[in-house]
Amino acid sequence: MSDAVLEVRDLNVDYGLGDDAVRALRDVNLTLHRGEVLGLAGESGSGKSTLAYGLTRLLPPPGVVRSGEVFYHRDGGDPVDVLRMSHAELRRFRWAETAIVFQGAMNSLNPVHRIATQLTDVIKAHDARSTRASRLDRARELLSLVGISADRLDSYPHQLSGGMRQRVMIGMALALEPKVVIMDEPTTALDVVVQRQILRRLVDLRERLGFSVVFITHDLSLLIEFSDRIAIMYGGRIVEEAASARLYRDPLHPYSQGLLNSFPALRGPKRELTGIPGSPPDLRAMPSGCAFHPRCPRATERCGVEVPVLGVPEGRVQHSDHRGRTVACLLHPVHDNGF
Amino acid sequence: MSYLLKRIAFYLFTAWAAITINFFVPRLIPGDPVQALITKSRGQMTTEAVQSLYVLFGLDKDESVIEQYFRYWGQLLRGDLGLSFTFFPSPVADVIGDGLPWTVGLVGITTVVGFLIGTAAGTVVGWRRGSWADLLIPVTTFVSSIPYFWLGLIAITLLTGRGSFFPASGAYDTGLVPGWDWEFIGSTLRYGLLPAATILISSMSGWILSMRNMMVTVASEDYVTVAHAKGLSERRVMVGYAARNALLPNVSGFALSLGFIVGGTLLVEIVFSYPGLGLQLFQAVGAKDYPLMQGIFLIITLSVLLANFLADVAYLVLDPRTRREG
Repeated sequence: MSDAVLEVRDLNVDYGLGDDAVRALRDVNLTLHRGEVLGLAGESGSGKSTLAYGLTRLLPPPGVVRSGEVFYHRDGGDPVDVLRMSHAELRRFRWAETAIVFQGAMNSLNPVHRIATQLTDVIKAHDARSTRASRLDRARELLSLVGISADRLDSYPHQLSGGMRQRVMIGMALALEPKVVIMDEPTTALDVVVQRQILRRLVDLRERLGFSVVFITHDLSLLIEFSDRIAIMYGGRIVEEAASARLYRDPLHPYSQGLLNSFPALRGPKRELTGIPGSPPDLRAMPSGCAFHPRCPRATERCGVEVPVLGVPEGRVQHSDHRGRTVACLLHPVHDNGF
Repeated sequence: MSYLLKRIAFYLFTAWAAITINFFVPRLIPGDPVQALITKSRGQMTTEAVQSLYVLFGLDKDESVIEQYFRYWGQLLRGDLGLSFTFFPSPVADVIGDGLPWTVGLVGITTVVGFLIGTAAGTVVGWRRGSWADLLIPVTTFVSSIPYFWLGLIAITLLTGRGSFFPASGAYDTGLVPGWDWEFIGSTLRYGLLPAATILISSMSGWILSMRNMMVTVASEDYVTVAHAKGLSERRVMVGYAARNALLPNVSGFALSLGFIVGGTLLVEIVFSYPGLGLQLFQAVGAKDYPLMQGIFLIITLSVLLANFLADVAYLVLDPRTRREG
């Protein structure tokens, strides 16, 4: 697709080396389009965060990318493989093209430096010719962008509330006007009200600045509201991908159905909430066949033997919001592998 | 700022308490300095001599303890710590004045240098965890567990002796007159090399170890990952983000070790017969020289307090979280 900014191709990530390695990501394919919000949902340990770290080469040891490609499409240039950049290239690429907002709102800021220092050092690192005054102006601008008054520049992180810190992090992510912002559970540590404020601001900013977002969360209800497309992960694989409205109305994979049934709908008739029985799979001892089959209410014998391939489901009307819809489930025969 | 004022008040109070205890403890010990001197001269003293000693030590007047206490303070403020027995009739203040520069020069400089080198090395070793630099860790663990007087004894046995470059004892060539000329300074450096190396090696290892471990802990903090993700240079992440935070626990340890400069290296000075405060304290204890002991204890107490105060100030500067608003 021509409007892709980030393309993940057959990404495999292991923790550890050799035979004892835990396979945290298996053959993940994902495309992020220009200006869209792509949601990534799944239980703990499904590989959401590993994917975020893997495609930015920030995997903490012993994590290693075993194989795969991550193409970043520059404006008017050839796509570059992030995983094959030199250290210097990677340093220039980071934050300038792809910024990240991390899970821990509380610990993402260095406790011993002022907000101003932390907002400006990234500008300085990428633009050595900028002056101190221009960097401070930019920092002020960034804070106002996320609704924090400029006099907070001289504050230390411990003087800000959790919500403010996370907004500072979002402001910081936008410092170099990146085309992609990856958000790894950016609001998990915050209360619901603050969560809403931050997400609303994020949506505003995205409309104004036009960056793409990869939004990682275990909160599927949040994604349905905020994202354009959703990819569901299970056991290190993407099991279903669809436009969010479509996924909400017509989930194909039994796991997606289970996730959707585990929170209440705002409108419509009351229905009983059902969770998904069982617990997430142990990555060291994955079930054979489809990883979800031991917990799947609709599993057949075939599911324990055959690994389903992610592909475009057959027999579905090729509706406009069916664009890019894929699923990996034996219940839904697929045309091809989707690419 | 009000925090700092509170700390200053606290330290002034502690100093007052320490000085007061320093006044009372010798008075609780049976006997008095004159008795000790009489014993020392094995009774070969005339009554006049004994009487004049009482006058000299200021014990002839029939003063109450309270009066004595205030007089003690008066003397202290004038820098008068009484007379030493061992170096009789030199005043204690002069004796300490002779020893202090040697101790501060030898132990003070090595403590600071050891901290700086050890912390820098620990930063790099901790940052490059999993590389060859880790080989340093078992070595430093081993070395830091060796008491340094023992390291000193080994150094003396192995490196000094007839025709060796390193002298086994003293602080300078006894043939020289102390002064600010090159010959004397050179001699001081040559004599100081071995004791300094001994202290440096064993103290440095401790700093490497603790700094390395803190670096490993801090390296997995979220803000360090963020710093990497921001594309900052490796150096900036290591120094400005990781080491800057890992340093904090080491700073208080360093301040404590500053306080022990005066008292803690007694054994090194004894081993190398280095004419510092430690050796003097050793001699004072052996000779039951109460005024000198009292004087040295006073210096030790005050230097521990000063070091703690410096640690508080350093912490205020380095860690914004300790600064209270107000």
